[in-house]
Amino acid sequence: MTSKTLQKPLLAVLLVLAIVFPMLAANDYYIYVMSLAYIMAIAAVGLNLILGYTGQLNLAHAGFMAIGAYTVGILTVDYGVPYWIAFVAAGFLSAIIGFFAGLLSLRLKGHFFSIFTLCVGFMIYLIIEKSDALTHGTVGIIDIPAPTGIGPIRFDNTWSQYYLVLFFLVVSLWLMSRIVNSLLGRAFIAIRNGEDLAETLGINLMRTKVLAFVLSTFYAGMAGALYAGFVRFIGPAMALESHTFDMIAFILVGGIGTLFGPLLGAVLLTWLTQSLQFLQDFRMIVFGPLLILLVMYFPQGLIGYWRERQARRAAASMQDRRLQRSVIGSQQEVSTNA
Amino acid sequence: MNIFFQQVLNGLTLGSVYALVALGLTLVYGILHIPNFAHGALYMVGAYMAFYLVGSLGANYWIAMAGAALVVALLAVLSDRLIFHRLRNAPPLHDMIAAIGLLLFLEAGIQAIWGAEFHRLAPPYPQIVRLFDLVAPAQRLIIIAAAFGLMFMLHLFLTRTLTGSTIIAMAQNREGASLVGIDATKVSVLTFAISGALAAVAATLFAPINLIYPSMGHLVIMKAFVIIILGGMGSIPGAIVGGLVIGFAESFGAFYVSTNYKDIIAFALLVLILSFRPQGLFPSGARA
Repeated sequence: MTSKTLQKPLLAVLLVLAIVFPMLAANDYYIYVMSLAYIMAIAAVGLNLILGYTGQLNLAHAGFMAIGAYTVGILTVDYGVPYWIAFVAAGFLSAIIGFFAGLLSLRLKGHFFSIFTLCVGFMIYLIIEKSDALTHGTVGIIDIPAPTGIGPIRFDNTWSQYYLVLFFLVVSLWLMSRIVNSLLGRAFIAIRNGEDLAETLGINLMRTKVLAFVLSTFYAGMAGALYAGFVRFIGPAMALESHTFDMIAFILVGGIGTLFGPLLGAVLLTWLTQSLQFLQDFRMIVFGPLLILLVMYFPQGLIGYWRERQARRAAASMQDRRLQRSVIGSQQEVSTNA
Repeated sequence: MNIFFQQVLNGLTLGSVYALVALGLTLVYGILHIPNFAHGALYMVGAYMAFYLVGSLGANYWIAMAGAALVVALLAVLSDRLIFHRLRNAPPLHDMIAAIGLLLFLEAGIQAIWGAEFHRLAPPYPQIVRLFDLVAPAQRLIIIAAAFGLMFMLHLFLTRTLTGSTIIAMAQNREGASLVGIDATKVSVLTFAISGALAAVAATLFAPINLIYPSMGHLVIMKAFVIIILGGMGSIPGAIVGGLVIGFAESFGAFYVSTNYKDIIAFALLVLILSFRPQGLFPSGARA
């Protein structure tokens, strides 16, 4: 119970910290890095839904993020569509393509699903790279306009964009908490814990898994759309599976199957690579073994570990109380006997 | 006629390289029941080892191939002992993520040593073979001959020797194999060593007519996965037939459809087939 009562104030503190962060940051570059970490966190929160809660390792996630980014890039640069219309279109297009990809790939189980999605991701990459006329091929799309202002608020500097990204991060986390705490979320978790058991409970496996997949690709599309408007340059490489691997690292470090795990991991690892500049190109020399060590010795991640400790403590204190009660009980028994 | 023959030759070359890589992958899958995402990285390390042995130490091409096979086999065995063996009882998700971690590490490690740029292995046999009015680069013929020779030897090893049949037995039924006294550790070390050596040989064979770079394994491993899904996970003839199918589909697709999209052909084939047969073309099962 302590974790529940602790959670609300802790969240408030975190939110306040996030809001005052730009004022404390030494320069705009830090704000920029933090915003990027938030965008990656939104994508990772989406991946966590299918990977952490539903137990399906989808390796095409970066591909769907790229679909979102390219939707915004193509619509705004080549067709002059306003940013926000393109933004909405990006989420829905990713989800629609995700629906068909999910329908096809979720017929496969376990390993086959992962291998298949790896191929789907690579197909997305190849199609983006080879379709010169539509996606500008290997050159990528440059000069994507920044998000247009809403009313009096404009998004033309790093500060305002930071708050825009933060806003979407909070919304996506809130939405995710509603999803995973609903009956549907329990169905996802039931599938992760055992597909056969979930099916005997009356859960429609295919429909539920496709729904989780579509929701997660919607998140990816949104993150991609934000990325396009924020970085304002996109290339086909963002669809590569190595970006999915980055997101998996975020999720594992923070805590797989936890709400805030992906965010914690994204922020921690982004700052870690930033502070170790020499690691930029070779970060995988550290991240690779880190992934292996994490699944071997620390598979629950930071938040998972914290939760486990909380649970153990609660169990211990419960046992203490029970022990005390029984001791008192036996003493009373002794006294009445006497 | 000549153009058609060229495509057949291309298909055979690609197909035999893919088959070698897919064979290693399918053997490990049969024993371990995990898709070894790091297998493409082993292939890449194999190419770099050959490049180093030939380029920097001036070794003979065939000695370099043996050296590369040895190093990569050792690497594969190490990965089993240090990582996969310890994750035996972990959920399958953990194995896959660990394999990805290994892949990332090997790629970044190679890039740290040799850089991200392209390298080339000087062709040891630059001759062109002429037969009637047909021409063929010698290296391609060597690839085909060596790959098929190796596959034949592997077939003999797996079916005719006691050690080989322990691998098949372990793939067919783990408990049963243990019951009749087969040492699981020995079999898994052996399987990883063979799989690594096959990947390194495939890479060394292919290197003279291809480029060497840190992410060279990506496409190959993904195609190898397509092959073993098509051919049935764990099936050895499936890997060979699947490899040739993909090789031919690519060489003819590149010629008659579009060079630009030749890499997509394998994946399109996979999507098409799995849409109709989610269990793959051949039901899976270990046979030799």
